[in-house]
Amino acid sequence: MIEVEHLVKKFGDFTAVNDLSFTVARGQVMGFLGPNGAGKSTTMKMITGFLRPSSGTARIMGMDICDHMLAAQRHFGYLPEGAPAWPDMTPRAFLQFITQIRGLDKAAARAAEARAIEMTELHGVLDQPIDTLSKGYRRRVGLAQAIVHDPDVLVMDEPTDGLDPNQKFQVRRAITDMARDKAIIISTHILEEVDAVCGAAMIIDRGQIVAEGTPSALAARSRYSGTVTLTLAHEQLPAAQNLLQNINHRSAELVTRGDESTLHIFAADGTEPGALLADMRAAIGAAGLAPRALALETGRLDDVFGALTGKARPAAAPFHATGMENDKGAAS
Amino acid sequence: MMRALTAITAREFAGYFTTPLAFVFIIVFLLANGLATFYLGAYFAMGQADLTSFFMFHPWLYLFFLPAISMRLWAEERRNGSIELLLTLPIPLTAVVIGKYLAALAFSALALALTFPIWLTVNYLGEPDNGVIFASYVGSLMLAGGYLAIGSCLSALTRNQVIAFVISVVVCFLFTVSGAPLVLELFDGWAPQALIETLAGFSLLTHFRAITGGVIDMRDVMFFATLIGVFLTATVIVVDMKKAEGA
Repeated sequence: MIEVEHLVKKFGDFTAVNDLSFTVARGQVMGFLGPNGAGKSTTMKMITGFLRPSSGTARIMGMDICDHMLAAQRHFGYLPEGAPAWPDMTPRAFLQFITQIRGLDKAAARAAEARAIEMTELHGVLDQPIDTLSKGYRRRVGLAQAIVHDPDVLVMDEPTDGLDPNQKFQVRRAITDMARDKAIIISTHILEEVDAVCGAAMIIDRGQIVAEGTPSALAARSRYSGTVTLTLAHEQLPAAQNLLQNINHRSAELVTRGDESTLHIFAADGTEPGALLADMRAAIGAAGLAPRALALETGRLDDVFGALTGKARPAAAPFHATGMENDKGAAS
Repeated sequence: MMRALTAITAREFAGYFTTPLAFVFIIVFLLANGLATFYLGAYFAMGQADLTSFFMFHPWLYLFFLPAISMRLWAEERRNGSIELLLTLPIPLTAVVIGKYLAALAFSALALALTFPIWLTVNYLGEPDNGVIFASYVGSLMLAGGYLAIGSCLSALTRNQVIAFVISVVVCFLFTVSGAPLVLELFDGWAPQALIETLAGFSLLTHFRAITGGVIDMRDVMFFATLIGVFLTATVIVVDMKKAEGA
């Protein structure tokens, strides 16, 4: 497991990581979220012993990274940002080099390499120099290198950055497959990734944790959490407006995208979002309106992310059930 | 630890041969050696069965050839980011520094060993003192070791190989000429003798010439050993310092 205690890193006057503490237990995948420059990579570099913390420390399987660096480093696999490797080596030679450095004996090394190759599906490119490989393969070579010695702890800096959707899916599946008996940290700025693989997430900004919890708990902090979302064609808007007049709700906001309008309807204080949804469904049925979608919003991670890291997107326009002057002008 | 060091050295050494550059390097090195010996050194005109005119050019040839080997040692690791991978593997930084250095040394030893035809030639033509020749080869390798240690340290300073090369040539040049008669004469007559001796004492040239004279003096060996030790230690410090900058 990973224990991080009051980690601080300063570069001159600039504080890149400011008093970070958290733990990741075995079986847990922790997603490290934050905008570029938030301190994700710097934190990972300190956890893995590449950078010395200005203060604080991290322990890997109980081993202090500052005091017992080599002992701690034996217990983790690390995929640095950009999955660096030696471009003139082949994946096979590269993995053999890693197992040799990690002190596996010959038989164990061959077995470990075969297992890592299997998991990352590298069979087809084993004897091609790494710099001739596609970005996806290179990333998988980096991943294979990180898992080849079957470490207890995995630290991966943006493991799916720059991959196409299929490759992302493969890498995520590989991470999920390994998650059961390892403690894993991945950093990302892709929010869907957190939903896809992480049991816990942390949003950091300017070197500090601004929120943590399960992805769904974080998403629930969204101001849209518990709203009812109604998506319809533009020309259906007046009908929706009429309909809302007779429904008990606090307020509504309008977002238009393409030929669609989306209404976020907030439940009135003291009423359940579920009740609002039921009311809406009944009213829509009665009015004979055919919306494109009607759903209860559980909250969106990107809203929370935006709100917490100071880059909230422009708010949706208020949508009034009565007296809406201009339905086109209301869209931002 | 030993196994890790061997792995580093082997990987690095093999790295020299993944491009044709290694072969080009060795061929050019051998040609330059031949040209220097036979034209500049007037090997045949000397009419002596020894390799003085072969070894006397080594400091000057090494000055340009060895920084070309050492320039990539660290600059390239930093440039392609693999330094982060290398330094988070469970091996001490010292082992990485020594392992990489040994690979560079092994490569230059190989280039030096491939000059053996000239040794065969001189033995065919006359009866040279092979003891002196052996001592000279040892001295030449120690000289190469000194240049490479300097180059290793300077390569760690930058992520640009060309800059690493140029700085290494300049620094190696200073360490070489400080013992050249031309430089020492500048100080002669007005500077205290102790200063002149210190200056000459820092020169790789002075110690190299002493060894190629045929005597492997412990003081000269110690000089090279210390020089290499100091610059490899400096390499460890520079690598550690540079990574603290977050690069």
